[in-house]
Amino acid sequence: MSAQVWTYIIVALSFTLYLYIAYRSRAGSTKEFYISGGGVKPIHNGMATAADWMSAASFMGMAGIISFQGRDGGVYLMGWTGGYVLLALLLAPYLRKFGKFTVPDFVGDRYYSQTARMVAVLCAIVVSFTYVAGQMRGVGIVFSRFLEVEITTGVIIGTGVVFIYAVLGGMKGITYTQVAQYCVLIFAYMVPAIFISIMLTGNPVPQLGLGSEVKEGGAYMLDLLDTLSTDLGFHAYTHGVRPVWDVAAITCALMVGTAGLPHVIVRFYTVPSVSGARMSAFWALLFIAILYTTAPAVAAFARANLLQTVTNATYSEVPAWFSQWEETGLLSFEDKNGDGRIQYYNDANQDADFQAMAAAKGWQGNELTIDRDIIVLANPEIAQLPNWVIGLVAAGCLAAALSTAAGLLLVISTAFAHDLVKRCLKPDISEKAELMYARVAAGGAVVVAAYFGIHPPDYVAAVVAFAFGLAAASFFPAILMGIFQKKMNREGAVSGMIVGIVFTAAYIIYFKFVTPEHNNPDHWLFGISPEGIGTIGMFLNFIVSQIVMRFTAPPPQEVQDIVENIRTP
Amino acid sequence: MATPEQRLAHWRANLRVLSTLLVIWAFVSFGCGIFLADALDGIRIGGFKLGFWMGQQGSIFVFVGIIAYYVWRMRKLDRQYGVNED
Repeated sequence: MSAQVWTYIIVALSFTLYLYIAYRSRAGSTKEFYISGGGVKPIHNGMATAADWMSAASFMGMAGIISFQGRDGGVYLMGWTGGYVLLALLLAPYLRKFGKFTVPDFVGDRYYSQTARMVAVLCAIVVSFTYVAGQMRGVGIVFSRFLEVEITTGVIIGTGVVFIYAVLGGMKGITYTQVAQYCVLIFAYMVPAIFISIMLTGNPVPQLGLGSEVKEGGAYMLDLLDTLSTDLGFHAYTHGVRPVWDVAAITCALMVGTAGLPHVIVRFYTVPSVSGARMSAFWALLFIAILYTTAPAVAAFARANLLQTVTNATYSEVPAWFSQWEETGLLSFEDKNGDGRIQYYNDANQDADFQAMAAAKGWQGNELTIDRDIIVLANPEIAQLPNWVIGLVAAGCLAAALSTAAGLLLVISTAFAHDLVKRCLKPDISEKAELMYARVAAGGAVVVAAYFGIHPPDYVAAVVAFAFGLAAASFFPAILMGIFQKKMNREGAVSGMIVGIVFTAAYIIYFKFVTPEHNNPDHWLFGISPEGIGTIGMFLNFIVSQIVMRFTAPPPQEVQDIVENIRTP
Repeated sequence: MATPEQRLAHWRANLRVLSTLLVIWAFVSFGCGIFLADALDGIRIGGFKLGFWMGQQGSIFVFVGIIAYYVWRMRKLDRQYGVNED
């Protein structure tokens, strides 16, 4: 059977499964809609959190980035897992004890302020929409490449499925579909990784394969990659080129941002107890770690395979996958020196010896442009794996994108129905009406997300830094001080959040949109890139909060009692 | 029901566990994975340079270990100070 038939079968089966689960777990109350009734088993919540968290970016983007950046790509590996340590130790158990439904709930109640609640609602919505746009683009790519339907049709099918289970089941539907989606995505990620690891190194464990010797030639995998890379003028794979302070700032912003993302935090409200919240943070990181420790192996294998396949290959004889990816525009070849062969190398390398070597060989510039998103998706084809594996990878990528999209859409719907309508505009609204608002908001958010998927704004990649920067500079410090500093008051927290957000947003906007030509280490503040600036925003938030707190009234006694109460189970 | 003194003692014990674990967390990621990575690259384990490995895999394994220990330790502390939920 062809890869396309396999893909249709596997994707159709997985979608049927999600819809069946959604039908079985319809939500009947706001508590079920917002937090799945609060009775989810920690191991299930761990799986759901892992699927919720691991997006199209984790599934197909991350290994691609590492593949091109080598060591520097490690910021995503550490950043997106290290945040769970902060979450498990500093936030999840206490927020679970606090109860309620959302992050703005905590911020608003703890800081006895509607302003704080509104700032939190706004951040939650901006962060979530930023993220959703990326997921929908992932859905579009998979559909257009593997099922050869129009991106528009693909996005409509994908959002249709999310629409049904998010609007019908709310958090309850989402939780159990996410459990299924985790199983699909981890299976889809591991199968090709194991295959390729065995093919290249003979070691069935990809994590170990990365450190093993390759079958042909007997050199260590990573040493081989270093040689292949430097021969083509790239920096050695295991060496970093980013300044360490910037690497540290980005890692920190990603960690803290992860811990402050509302769609992740809200999952910890769904377990029945404080110790359950701790336990599910453990399961979540364990399930995430399976993929995240495999990703560097996938990245390295794919890089080695790719370099060996395309380097100086004759264009008329390239494998079928090459032409298929060219049609999507994610891979493009331009024969600059007219020799009919593919020269893929780093033509920006200023080293005189390297330039002399390139000139002597008649190279006239890099001829191959590769979108890093295709690394994971094209990997099974490059490695010539069986067709069903290709279908599986497509289904896994859809599972990753849809599960994250659903979690984010729920945050948007809850922020609207609960935080805005119920807690601010119409406090006397009935439960039935609130549930109605939540469903309508979820439906509306799905439609907006679909629009973003069909017409992806050019700035999607640029604004991802926003999501983490904003979460790092706003939610994380506010929640942390809310738990660990009993005397932190409304004025301190609100001014801290505002300074943190304004500073971070201004810095990112300045370098990404106002003067993109200045976006280099010479112009950066302390040499820190817009991706890492959330770290500075976070420190500013802490400092401003501490200063303002000293000059304003302490929080009322009942708020201090709440803090006292959430500190122990 | 735990007394206020027990709850306070539990909180203090929690803070001690937390801070130790966060020091380890920062050491393996920012320490071994970033600032000390070049120095650690001199040590090789099989095909891995240690600094590279810490940044790409090692730190993640330690993170999982940190949370596992925290769950276990806090469960003991909860019982010890009578604040356990079951």
